[in-house]
Amino acid sequence: MNILVCISHVPDTTAKINFTADGTALDPAGVQFVINPYDEFGLTKALHIKEAQGGTITVINVGPATTEPTLRKALAIGADKAVRIDAIPMDAITVAKELKNHISANSYDLIICGQESIDYNGQQVPAMLAALLEQPFANACVGLSLDNGTATATSEIDGGHATYKASLPMVIGGKKGLVEEKDLRIPNMRGIMSARTKPLEVAPATEGEGPTKPVSFEKPAGKAAVKMVDAENVDELVRLLHEEAKAI
Amino acid sequence: MSILVFVEDWNGAYKKASFEAVAYAKSWATMNSNKVIAVTSVSAPAGELAGYGADHIIQIGLGSTAMGIAGQLKELSAEASGIVIAGTSLGRSLAPALSALTSGALSTNTISLPLSTSPLQLKRGAFSSKGIETIELDSTMPIVSFVPNSIGLEPVAGEGNLESREISSNDALEVLSTEVASGKVALPEAEAVVSAGRGLKGPENWGMIEELADVLGAATACSKPVSDIGWRPHSEHVGQTGIQVNPNLYIAIGISGAIQHLAGVSASKTIVVVNTDPEAPFFKAADYGIVGDAFEVVPKLVNALRAFKAAS
Ligand SMILES: Cc1cc2nc3c(=O)[nH]c(=O)nc-3n(C[C@H](O)[C@H](O)[C@H](O)COP(=O)(O)OP(=O)(O)OC[C@H]3O[C@@H](n4cnc5c(N)ncnc54)[C@H](O)[C@@H]3O)c2cc1C
Ligand SMILES: Nc1ncnc2c1ncn2[C@@H]1O[C@H](COP(=O)(O)O)[C@@H](O)[C@H]1O
Repeated sequence: MNILVCISHVPDTTAKINFTADGTALDPAGVQFVINPYDEFGLTKALHIKEAQGGTITVINVGPATTEPTLRKALAIGADKAVRIDAIPMDAITVAKELKNHISANSYDLIICGQESIDYNGQQVPAMLAALLEQPFANACVGLSLDNGTATATSEIDGGHATYKASLPMVIGGKKGLVEEKDLRIPNMRGIMSARTKPLEVAPATEGEGPTKPVSFEKPAGKAAVKMVDAENVDELVRLLHEEAKAI
Repeated sequence: MSILVFVEDWNGAYKKASFEAVAYAKSWATMNSNKVIAVTSVSAPAGELAGYGADHIIQIGLGSTAMGIAGQLKELSAEASGIVIAGTSLGRSLAPALSALTSGALSTNTISLPLSTSPLQLKRGAFSSKGIETIELDSTMPIVSFVPNSIGLEPVAGEGNLESREISSNDALEVLSTEVASGKVALPEAEAVVSAGRGLKGPENWGMIEELADVLGAATACSKPVSDIGWRPHSEHVGQTGIQVNPNLYIAIGISGAIQHLAGVSASKTIVVVNTDPEAPFFKAADYGIVGDAFEVVPKLVNALRAFKAAS
């Protein structure tokens, strides 16, 4: 089993988000970057598959050198090798094309992405990648079992679940449920030591500019001060919701 | 040229987000004197979609998976200069797949109508509602996927003509089964959401939460630890790592308001917080707050809302 886990490198969930003075980019000062939470589930799932049936796990990121600590962390968690495509991608299609080029030159039985990167909240790369590769795709995947080259995947859909079957190779957009949160692997000392000597290959970018560009960023308008209502007077809350907020 | 809009159905009927998609397409099309072509599996008279701005309706047997439908829409997109797709769970796979097939620039998580059409600029949510990005899309075949509930519905007077077509749908993914809870309001599309957290003490106390949701026609949601302990299903977990919602009304009961929770709900238009702790961080993100015990406040609120509904 040759598994590729696509990793995005994102601000920690507790990070305060600020933009540069000219408003054109994220201001990274003081922001700690981590493995995208959705990708942690994918990485642990890959480890479970490898432990059950053997194989190799490659982690990949399309990004500048500053993402290498995140890839090293994935190696410390248990991936066998890492690849960084050296680019500063401005949009998802550029990332998807870079990933496709790498995948076409290597052969993977399973490609695990996260459902969404929590930075730009695109939810774009995995479906684009599947379409470019002409491979089956299961998004919001909360369960995956493999049997002799056939995958059974359970996905969340609006209001419920769907179960799919496909032949490998395929692309997964995974999330919590792929493995349970309590089973998520974290690096241990041995892992951290061995990660130092595992291969981290840097490959040049092959794609040019994409079709979208960020113009500016702003913070959402702050809320006006909260109006407190007495716990004994819920009728007043109903009145405010109706007359003032027009929410009911 | 025209704006093509994907009309998703739900058990053979139009999804609410689909009307919003048609209305979105209409507003966009009007900026450039374009027409709106709606694509749907539902065989129904033109009226309902025309009432939100569909000029032309193509009825077609659509596939059951995102990749299958993406291939069909790609063929239809030859007649279009832009595409609109609601950001439902299907739409969130369909829009990027279609964008890869058509090489069209894509904006997902879009929260505004076009700010301008040449160049096409839009606003979209980023950094889990901690930021808003203005994005510019190349003009070749721009695709806009918007957050349901973020635009609003504008009925228009229109006729709309119908046509049926056949395009085959191909996907290597086989659907074995689907299970959908019937009768419940789907979270991402809900106009009102009643959400509860660890302050509720145990799963047996959710009856009053469901009652409150019932009176409001709201969907129910919960904080992450609540679904982690198994008090509520994972599908109700909202927040940065769960479902992101933006209803007109979000009522948070016994939820502290951690930054990761707020990240998924702060785009809600009106937020009401009920919490015993006056220092709970959620009050800073709320419009209305009640410091009080959920077990006393919620039943009273249910009664007050029932009385309000009966009187109006
Ligand atoms: C990587 C990461 C991702 C995360 N993602 C999410 C996410 O997507 N969504 C999410 O929700 N959380 C998320 N979290 C968890 C988050 O940090 C908080 O731990 C969580 O939101 C707290 O849930 P809670 O408010 O229900 O519980 P608590 O923090 O325990 O708060 C319970 C609240 O109930 C109040 N209360 C107690 N009794 C009563 C009563 N009788 N009546 C009224 N109020 C009462 C208390 O005052 C308290 O404010 C994430 C955390 C991490 C580290
Ligand atoms: N720059 C990147 N490098 C590698 N994988 C990525 C990158 N960006 C996104 N992905 C993958 O695509 C998933 C969804 O990301 P997005 O489409 O950005 O929301 C992530 O969880 C990753 O698995």
